[in-house]
Amino acid sequence: MKKDDLIAPGHRTCAGCGPAIATRMMLRATGKNVVLCHATGCMEVTTTQYPTTAWKVPWIHVLFENANSVASGVREALDAQGKEDVHVIAFGGDGGMADIGLRAMSGLFERGHNILVVIYDNEAYMNTGIQRSGSTPWQAATTTTPAGKVSKGKEQWKKDMIAIAVAHHVPYAATASIAFPFDLEKKIKKALSIKGPKFIQIHTPCPVGWYYSSEKTVEVAKLAVDSKMWALYEVENGVKKLTYKPKETPVADYMKLQKRFRHLSEEDIKEYQKRVDENFDKMFDGRQ
Amino acid sequence: MCRSMSCKMHKKRNRTKIILKIRDKMVKKNMQILEGSRAAAEAVVLCKPALTVAYPITPQTHIVEDIAKFIADGKLTAKHIEVESEFSAMSAAVGGSAAGSRVFTATSSQGLALMNEVLFAASGMRLPIVMQVVNRALSAPINIWNDWQDSISARDSGWLQLYCETAQEVVDTTIQAYKIAEDNNILLPIMVCMDGFFITHTLEPVELPEQKNVDKFLPKYKPTHVFLDPEKPMTQGPFAFPKPYMEMRKQLSDAVDNSDKMIKKVHDEYAKTFGRKYGNGLIDEYKNKDKKTAIITMGSLAGTVREAVDAKDDISLVRIRSYRPFPKKELRKALKNADTVIILEKNIALGTGAGALYDEVRSTFYDEDGKKKILGVVCGIGGSEVTVEDVKDIAEISKKKKNGDIWWLMK
Repeated sequence: MKKDDLIAPGHRTCAGCGPAIATRMMLRATGKNVVLCHATGCMEVTTTQYPTTAWKVPWIHVLFENANSVASGVREALDAQGKEDVHVIAFGGDGGMADIGLRAMSGLFERGHNILVVIYDNEAYMNTGIQRSGSTPWQAATTTTPAGKVSKGKEQWKKDMIAIAVAHHVPYAATASIAFPFDLEKKIKKALSIKGPKFIQIHTPCPVGWYYSSEKTVEVAKLAVDSKMWALYEVENGVKKLTYKPKETPVADYMKLQKRFRHLSEEDIKEYQKRVDENFDKMFDGRQ
Repeated sequence: MCRSMSCKMHKKRNRTKIILKIRDKMVKKNMQILEGSRAAAEAVVLCKPALTVAYPITPQTHIVEDIAKFIADGKLTAKHIEVESEFSAMSAAVGGSAAGSRVFTATSSQGLALMNEVLFAASGMRLPIVMQVVNRALSAPINIWNDWQDSISARDSGWLQLYCETAQEVVDTTIQAYKIAEDNNILLPIMVCMDGFFITHTLEPVELPEQKNVDKFLPKYKPTHVFLDPEKPMTQGPFAFPKPYMEMRKQLSDAVDNSDKMIKKVHDEYAKTFGRKYGNGLIDEYKNKDKKTAIITMGSLAGTVREAVDAKDDISLVRIRSYRPFPKKELRKALKNADTVIILEKNIALGTGAGALYDEVRSTFYDEDGKKKILGVVCGIGGSEVTVEDVKDIAEISKKKKNGDIWWLMK
């Protein structure tokens, strides 16, 4: 924790909270000339218990699904006030942004507001108690996709938000991870240097929801990237580029740290590895 | 042979005379014949919002089309967002208002229903947003015509609701609404309600106030309670545990209740400046002195009732202009001498057997229950016709009804 961090210590996130790390890193990259428009979620409820606040930047929360449309209004109002230089960020978890807030995000992208949209992706509805979201990975167990005698957790593949953003012709879209702080910082800074709608999705492990020991957050995040469960790349003006070459660690190494995958058999994990490899190859045309 | 006004030539000449007279009067008073929607949009221009947000829905569309045109022509200098839903329309309005700008939006029916969650946030965050609501029925079945179910269903959202009888009143009320909403003792959002089609799609003579006079009446919006400024970081929309939550809800409730004085004050000030008034700002009485039977209603239906009152000596009109806050005190005073009160309303509070106004009026007179005959008529649902003859009939029928009777005007 740096003394001049723009999110103050003492907030109520869990020990080892991935989103809290992502938030701190993001704000180090933005500097203080920013307005944060926050969706309901973990980082929101843990940081603003009235009458306290952890935020040293102007910050607004309205509802779960409208951070993107609130940000649109904030952006245009600030522009009307001649404050075009102030950055506006729409910020929220995967539930608030990629599921219930997707329409509003699509609207923001299509209208082309000068806003950076950032998702902290902890791959389920953690604030309400680990229910599945569209961003939950295939076969992860959550409280609403429990593993059981006849179930292997979530049945669907993780939603591809970068592709959705790119389909709106945003000039810049990128993934990031809390295990790669310099990459994350660079991407935030690059995004903010571009006028128009930008999108960054940060992979943020959650010790409570993924069931791993809280000191392992960064280790889990790094394994996600090295095992190709989460690729680090950017799409600038439609051109896709890997920003980190994964070490091709087996997915099993990533999974064995987390109880959300513990129901999978060796056979299942073999199949999982196959799908992850195929998916990665498809995304990057076999180039690595 | 020409002996009377029924002569064709005379009739024509006379009509021309009247038209010329009206025209002279209009020119003198800076009046124009405008569609209601156009008048509503012109009022918005006069208020100079920094941000307008819109999503189209019948019958609100003409308003937002006119505003878009005014912006395209440079008549209104405002940022304009064409959002992807009404949910985002209200959300962007909240964002703009929280950033410290004067904002405007308009909606109707399903659109207002879709905004519902954001309405509560807007009032809870004490943002003085003004929204024109074009009243239209709610699905299902889908119906684009007028009743009040949409805004009545949002009555507990913490928004003030002012219902207009004419396009002129929409103009005047929109300007007043910003002044009321932005007052430091109020800081509440306001719905300016108007009947779909009856007001929005008909032509009326309307006087538009001069810009310089509106500027004087409604100065620039400079909020001190909300802003989003990196130099002075503020956290808006925090999380509150039960105790502070309840305290804030109490403050909101008190603010809504106490806003009646400001509505009246701004209305009086407007009357002094621009020469037009609507009753006392909260209710509008018509030929209500010493009448035993009074008809309560809202919106453009009051115009129909006015004609019935003119044709029938024994009835009067008490129009509710401010539905939120509900003008209990004013109604008690206005209906002191009435022994029959008939409530005509275009909505139904399903499960209570009556319209929403009925229960509220009844509870207003609870202390003297039994002394007054209070009757409810649900009418005009989904655009159903209510004529002057209907109103006269209802007044006659009411003589045979007993206290507490409610019926639907089915034709």
